[in-house]
Amino acid sequence: MNAREWVRSWPVYRQLTGEDKAAKAAAAKSRRSSGLRPRTAAADKVVKSICPYCAVGCGQDVYVRDGEVVQIEGDPDSPVSRGRLCPKGSASLQLTTGASRRQKVLYRPPHGADWEELDLGTAMRMVAERVVRTRRETWQDEQDGSRVNRTMGIASLGGATLDNEENYLIKKLLTGLGVVQLENQARVCHSSTVVGLGTSFGRGGATTFLQDLQHADCIVIEGSNFAECHPVGFQWVMEAKARGAKVIHVDPRFTRTSALADLHVPIRAGTDIAFLGGIINHVLGTGSHFHEFVVNYTNAATLVSEEFQDTEDLDGLFSGFDGESRQYSFDTWSYEGVSVAPASGQRDQTRGGGADDDRRTGDSGHVRASGRGEVHGSGGTAMEGEPQRDETLQHPRCVFQVLKRHYARYTPEVVEQVCGIPQDTFLEVCRDLVENSGPERTSEFVYAVGWTQHTTGSQMIRAACVLQLLLGNMGRPGGGIQALRGHASIQGSSDIPTLFNLLPGYIPMPYAHHQQGLAGYLDADSARKGFWANMDTYVVSLLKAYWGDAATADNDFCFDHLPRLTGSHSTYDTVLEQLAGRCKGYFLMGENPAVGSANAKMQRMGMANLEWLVVRDFSLTESATWWRDGPEVESGELATADIGTEVFFFPAAAHTEKSGSFTNTNRMVQWHHQAVEPKGDARSDLWFMYHLGRLIRAELADSDDPRDRPVLDLTWDYPTEGPLDEPSAEAVLAEINGRGADGAPLTAYTELKADGSTSCGCWIYCGVYADGVNQAARRKPHTEQDWVAREWAWAWPANRRILYNRASARPDGSPWSERKKLVWWDEAAGEWTGYDVPDFEKGKSPHYRPESGASGVAAISGIDPFIMQSDGKAWLYVPAGILDGPMPTHYEPQDSPVPNALYGQQRNPSRLAYPHEHNRYHPDGGSLGSEVFPYVVTTYRLTEHFTAGGMSRWTPYLAELQPELFCEVSPELAAREGLANGGWATLVTARGAIEARVLVTDRMAPLRVQGRVLEQIGLPYHWGPNGLSTGDAANELSSIVLDPSAHIQEVKAFSADIRPGRRPRGRARADLVADYQRRAGITDRTGTGV
Amino acid sequence: MTDVPADPAAPPQRTAVTGDKRRRGRRGRRGEQAVVPDAEFTSYYGKPVLNKPTWSARDIAGYLFLGGLAGASSVLAAGADLTGRPALAKGCKTGALVAITGSLVALVHDLGRPARFLHMLRVVKPSSPMSIGSWVLVAYGPQAGLSAVTALTGRFTGLGRAATVGAALVGPAVAAYTAALISDTAVPTWHEGHRQMPFVFVGSAASAAGGLGMVVAPVAQAGPARRAALLGAAVELTATEVMKRRMGLPVETLRTGRAGALMKAATALTAAGALLGGLAGRRSRTAAVVGGLASLAGSACTRFGIFHAGVASAEDPKYVVVPQRERVAGAS
Amino acid sequence: MSVDHESMDLRDLLTSDDPPGSGGYADPPPRYGFFTDTSVCIGCKACEVACKEWNHVPDDGLVFTGMSYDNTQGLSADTWRHVAFIEQRKPLGGQSGAAGTAGTADLGMPAFAKPGEQGGGARSEFRWLMSSDVCKHCTHAACLDVCPTGSLFRTEFGTVVVQEDICNGCGYCVPACPYGVIDQREDDGRAWKCTLCYDRLGAGQEPACAKACPTDSIQFGELDELRERAGRRVEQLRAAGVTDARLYGHDPDDGVGGAGAFFLLLDEPEVYGLPPDPVVTTRDLPAMWKRVGVAAGALLTGLAAAFLGRS
Ligand SMILES: Nc1nc2c(c(=O)[nH]1)N[C@H]1C(S)=C(S)[C@@H](COP(=O)(O)OP(=O)(O)OC[C@H]3O[C@@H](n4cnc5c(=O)[nH]c(N)nc54)[C@H](O)[C@@H]3O)O[C@H]1N2
Ligand SMILES: Nc1nc2c(c(=O)[nH]1)N[C@H]1C(S)=C(S)[C@@H](COP(=O)(O)OP(=O)(O)OC[C@H]3O[C@@H](n4cnc5c(=O)[nH]c(N)nc54)[C@H](O)[C@@H]3O)O[C@H]1N2
Ligand code: SF4
Ligand code: SF4
Ligand code: SF4
Ligand code: SF4
Ligand code: SF4
Ligand SMILES: [Mo]
Repeated sequence: MNAREWVRSWPVYRQLTGEDKAAKAAAAKSRRSSGLRPRTAAADKVVKSICPYCAVGCGQDVYVRDGEVVQIEGDPDSPVSRGRLCPKGSASLQLTTGASRRQKVLYRPPHGADWEELDLGTAMRMVAERVVRTRRETWQDEQDGSRVNRTMGIASLGGATLDNEENYLIKKLLTGLGVVQLENQARVCHSSTVVGLGTSFGRGGATTFLQDLQHADCIVIEGSNFAECHPVGFQWVMEAKARGAKVIHVDPRFTRTSALADLHVPIRAGTDIAFLGGIINHVLGTGSHFHEFVVNYTNAATLVSEEFQDTEDLDGLFSGFDGESRQYSFDTWSYEGVSVAPASGQRDQTRGGGADDDRRTGDSGHVRASGRGEVHGSGGTAMEGEPQRDETLQHPRCVFQVLKRHYARYTPEVVEQVCGIPQDTFLEVCRDLVENSGPERTSEFVYAVGWTQHTTGSQMIRAACVLQLLLGNMGRPGGGIQALRGHASIQGSSDIPTLFNLLPGYIPMPYAHHQQGLAGYLDADSARKGFWANMDTYVVSLLKAYWGDAATADNDFCFDHLPRLTGSHSTYDTVLEQLAGRCKGYFLMGENPAVGSANAKMQRMGMANLEWLVVRDFSLTESATWWRDGPEVESGELATADIGTEVFFFPAAAHTEKSGSFTNTNRMVQWHHQAVEPKGDARSDLWFMYHLGRLIRAELADSDDPRDRPVLDLTWDYPTEGPLDEPSAEAVLAEINGRGADGAPLTAYTELKADGSTSCGCWIYCGVYADGVNQAARRKPHTEQDWVAREWAWAWPANRRILYNRASARPDGSPWSERKKLVWWDEAAGEWTGYDVPDFEKGKSPHYRPESGASGVAAISGIDPFIMQSDGKAWLYVPAGILDGPMPTHYEPQDSPVPNALYGQQRNPSRLAYPHEHNRYHPDGGSLGSEVFPYVVTTYRLTEHFTAGGMSRWTPYLAELQPELFCEVSPELAAREGLANGGWATLVTARGAIEARVLVTDRMAPLRVQGRVLEQIGLPYHWGPNGLSTGDAANELSSIVLDPSAHIQEVKAFSADIRPGRRPRGRARADLVADYQRRAGITDRTGTGV
Repeated sequence: MTDVPADPAAPPQRTAVTGDKRRRGRRGRRGEQAVVPDAEFTSYYGKPVLNKPTWSARDIAGYLFLGGLAGASSVLAAGADLTGRPALAKGCKTGALVAITGSLVALVHDLGRPARFLHMLRVVKPSSPMSIGSWVLVAYGPQAGLSAVTALTGRFTGLGRAATVGAALVGPAVAAYTAALISDTAVPTWHEGHRQMPFVFVGSAASAAGGLGMVVAPVAQAGPARRAALLGAAVELTATEVMKRRMGLPVETLRTGRAGALMKAATALTAAGALLGGLAGRRSRTAAVVGGLASLAGSACTRFGIFHAGVASAEDPKYVVVPQRERVAGAS
Repeated sequence: MSVDHESMDLRDLLTSDDPPGSGGYADPPPRYGFFTDTSVCIGCKACEVACKEWNHVPDDGLVFTGMSYDNTQGLSADTWRHVAFIEQRKPLGGQSGAAGTAGTADLGMPAFAKPGEQGGGARSEFRWLMSSDVCKHCTHAACLDVCPTGSLFRTEFGTVVVQEDICNGCGYCVPACPYGVIDQREDDGRAWKCTLCYDRLGAGQEPACAKACPTDSIQFGELDELRERAGRRVEQLRAAGVTDARLYGHDPDDGVGGAGAFFLLLDEPEVYGLPPDPVVTTRDLPAMWKRVGVAAGALLTGLAAAFLGRS
């Protein structure tokens, strides 16, 4: 720069010679400022992606420059998110590129005090070797004379954070290896959703999609903290509100959702069935139901067997209960003149599942069927025979009248007594719902895990189903039941499950039976109705996808390659297997049970009893480090040197580092594209599974042991690409989609064949790769489509967004109203048409009536919108498929401070209890000792953190927003117990004691319940001792006690005590808990009665 | 921040009524009437509305003091030169140079990025007292330096004299502009005092320079210094009193706490220095030195007092919210 | 040039500039700003995080405050968007923009009674306010006025931005800002605050915080248009029974000449930690300079007079 230029660049010169005399603008602008360009504009490429946190599935644009991700922000084209991201989505850049990401494989030898570094290849070979060894050592050909072909020595947990393709490979390989203890977050999160919705409607997914919320006239958010847990989805509630909808939030706490609602209804945790039952009673009692809808589209008119006895008759029990096994037999629940059977595995179904004594002793010696309800993730229970109907709904044994009697005692007074909801508030909700339902208006229910995680979880959801059906709000715009699911792909990990009881597409895993072949399993000869009748095509195509050419008609398409179940092998049963020393190897692939699962201590004690543990995650979660710094090591209960578990830590690749699909909360499969290569040893789970499979198969290649056939016969030849030999996720998606005889991708599951000519990895996903095009990667901007945005990604089934949408039209096929039209019959064209893909055979006229004796799809009449159900109707009353009763009934939570005000039966009689020295329960509410735990704790989430914390506690931008565990208490409780805002409190249950900072807030309100004041304590569950933001884990307090149908734990309501100050350290902590147990008189039998 | 203090029964202070009990208790010294009645007001958990100055007291209050001292000393030095008081002249010139050097060091030291000191000269901004001050210092510093160096070395006396006169002409600006510097902020005590602050500052500067003169010059030559101290003290104390009376609520910050103590000390020291030095100093060299030091200390206390009062007024939302609320109420 | 005009120019120089249009930019774009509608804020803090990600702002320390859900406490050098949480025993008011429930909603909160004591009635008076605060990008910006280096400057978009290559950390802007926005970052020495995403604006992109905001509580756009929109929104809310709704910082006649980032609030500004009636400090600067001149003159003459004596 010469002197002249130098002077000219001097702002004083510019100031004096230019217009900006004051030197406040142009003259003061620096050279750097003049050259500023946003890094988004300077990126080499923008890669389309999906947020890896929650199931809203917000679109992301990933900006890459010089091989590095430089920015991640919302994709404005997405119809779901419209470019917006909540704090977690906004922190994705830090999550994926931040300093807390691990990049090296770590290894902890048995009894080792510290980590060692290990070469990735060596570690892979070691894991493969251990899998082969443990499998061989623990192999079971038979159990009790039935063939099981499996190993109980290995288990795997995790999948909801993973891609569908990854879950597919995990299930495929581990099933080939004979591993049945395969679970993911879906179990602990929303398994009861699948049961509740599936048995009611025929499919276990949310019945609608987020954008449709804008059309609701009234939105009841109950059991969900929508604004905090699905913030970007909440924009659609705000849209509805702006259009005049009334928003009601029913929640024990006043949350950020309540703050934006028109009405907050405080409720005692765990009493939602009483509340919803009260509304059902109001609707039935005032005749406010949507008569035409109810008569035609539900089973209200169907007659129930004479043998059926209600809880009214048996003080809280239904007929058919066996106190010994604590199970119901469904015989007396069935329809008049019909035997209702499961869609498959018939004998399993009717046996039920339920608590069995061996689970308590940890001895799973007998063949039991479990988790059957979840089979209804797609397809309801099958029936044989013609049900009798009374279209007048007057017959005393028609479902409508049965329902009316069942809920008659759920009066406003009872609701007030049980839930603590003032009657006028309750009646306001009733009024709002009734006023906003009918031909012209619709109301929508939104729930999440505030409902699912109870011993009555499935039934809470069922109660909402019943109510929405009575009000005629199903299948219609602005109606339905919005199940807000959890992780980015938790819906996917249920659809393409890493769950013990399911094969892809909600096909049940077979149980061990004597000589049961494929035919017996399919029960193909029985006359069944609905789409589930085609199950043989789904199953055979799946077997072809797994075992390819090895699967032939002659060998039952390798049906016997599938390992067999003998009872519940849920994640909680696995913990007991670990404690019993039978389960020796454990894969944790993106799950953190040491914090996130109920009774965290038992989770860790189980892991301490393993031979080997593989953890795949971004950072060193508590599940990876418990052997050196877990609470038991601190308290001296465990000594690191005594722990023989060998621990492998593999750094996982992030969503930006791999391609694959996530299925969002509304069954929408969205593809995210790889933006960059993972660093160091980080690899995708697809890579891990594929190469692990390769190594294991290589090791067994020469084996002629028939036990090794299932794994050696697997089709395992995915093309790899890129510098890291990454298997092609698209190739896996193509396999999931399915191929015809010519090898060409299929377009719909209706093309599947049972003769082995088609293959399909997951029948409900058939069509996602139609025409060889990745439909999940479709990204036509929402601005260029109608509000349904059908050309954005792909939703199962068949790209439908609102399920059962045939019900949006009258029986005659015309819309109920202009305002609420969605899908209707076009007489001229002779087909169903509308905004959404009709959830009905396109050409089936509303006037079609099946001939008597028709079977399969042909048996579905023109007025049967619930095509997966065997009678085409939605079920107000569920004669089979749900294990704890045909109609939702209020029971108290396992650990409740109060007695059941409705029935003599205190708790859900068929809940699954697991008495164990580390899993003690509290005395019955109202009985001696229950006063030791006088308060109700409810656990939940905060906007700023994510689940067990692996994706937020290590992320500084999120950690600083909620830096420590805290509990929320009312000013009254604070005064009573001497708790100071900002100070410390200790919370105690029979399982553990934790400390938390105190947040005193009016948002926690004491309730009046049964004549006493009841205090609830709020406790977010995101914390553990690792990471930047730390605290005790809430799950040190919770117990393992499960919903019978879904095997989901009760962490939303349990009694506890609270006291000021920090918890004791070391041994004294356990002493405190023991002291409480003593004071409450707790024994191994406490709380375990029926 | 620390935990919110806990009254167990109380929910978190959602709308804190921070009339601050401690301070309220101590207020209302005998003879002083409360300027405003106890204020009830709302704030956000008692959090300050303003961000408090990040300036360090030593650097910036020190700078205010030293700048004043230098500026006024330069005037005294020139007068001494012109009236043939060589010792006073030399002392004041040296003092001015030391003071201005010290003040510059403090100023640069306080910068977050000291290496970018010269960025002060990127622009000339009349709206920024600090910018104007920088240019004034550019004009003043070299002259003060030249003046002192020539006096100390005895060389280039002609140049020295010109520089001395120049420094004397710019000096008052150096002493006075700092009043605008701190008043031109949102800090309640500083801003509300903006009308009197220049007089407080020049008074304080004169008092300090007078003190310096009394210390460095023999009694015979120190007459103007004594008068400067007296005059300065009178102006400072009067202006301060007027300022306090007109300030409104934030005046509390000048009366209480650390700032209150400093202001009290300032009054005492300044008055004592002026009386002792200005009157007794006529006869006694000891009295002159002690008085001079007292004046210097008094001036420093004034600057530190005002500085701390400002910080205190920024830290308590009361001083922002209450006067503004009253203004709004008055307007509507 | 008339004397009058001259003095006006001087006044302008001394006090505040007049955005936009002036400032020496050829063909400046319209003035841009924010309208933050706190009545739809869900307190998610996406704005805080998005801002940090975009601007690489370091975290602000992990401190549990006990102040509702606010653990970042206020705007600072390391927090350029800050979400306030206020729990109040006040009725909610119909919040919905349209028909919905007008008037006060009964929250159905149970009575405020000590446990064991008589319950009943309803704790109906409760609401939880959330509001995202940011630099106001004042029309008359004190920070910018007092900045001695020209580090702070007014951009062609009418926004107020610190230039990180210029700021020498003199700290003057910090006490100058009447809203407590700008602050010095300790380990870095420089002053930092919201830039209204100057870099993004230059490329026609929306600021990061506004883009992220799930409920459009933060609306970005041309200031004139935003003011109209805000006016309509307030009327709509009031009509729906939210009588507390008011605008803050929208008025060009206020003490800072109107804020470039203004707000719809549901209570008095100080409840949110905002000053009720902020005034740009430089409004009084001409008076200050005048008095500084008088005082300097007085010092000169006073000290000269001190030489008049005999001793
Ligand atoms: N920010 C954030 N978002 C998330 C997650 C996260 O960790 N953080 N996790 C994701 C996952 S995995 C899931 S499953 C979803 C869960 O989403 P949500 O279900 O909304 O999450 P929770 O906070 O666990 O529970 C919701 C609400 O249920 C209330 N509640 C508790 N017990 C009861 C009850 O008995 N009855 C009623 N009516 N309400 C009750 C709680 O007070 C809480 O407000 O969120 C997903 N999104
Ligand atoms: N008390 C109580 N307990 C609860 C709940 C409750 O409400 N209350 N909620 C329950 C619910 S709904 C859920 S879903 C669970 C959640 O509990 P967890 O699933 O145990 O919790 P996360 O922290 O989500 O664990 C997922 C892990 O996967 C890692 N991860 C993310 N992406 C990948 C990837 O691509 N590959 C691999 N290998 N790892 C990845 C993350 O870093 C994280 O550590 O908690 C349950 N537990
Ligand atoms: S966490 Fe959920 S709501 Fe938030 S950005 Fe990601 S997908 Fe969207
Ligand atoms: S709010 Fe403060 S920092 Fe922002 S422009 Fe105005 S004066 Fe400057
Ligand atoms: S600290 Fe930086 S931005 Fe602030 S006034 Fe000083 S130079 Fe300007
Ligand atoms: S406009 Fe940009 S810099 Fe300002 S708060 Fe928003 S994101 Fe941060
Ligand atoms: S992003 Fe929007 S909704 Fe969330 S806190 Fe910020 S302003 Fe409120
Ligand atoms: Mo979940």
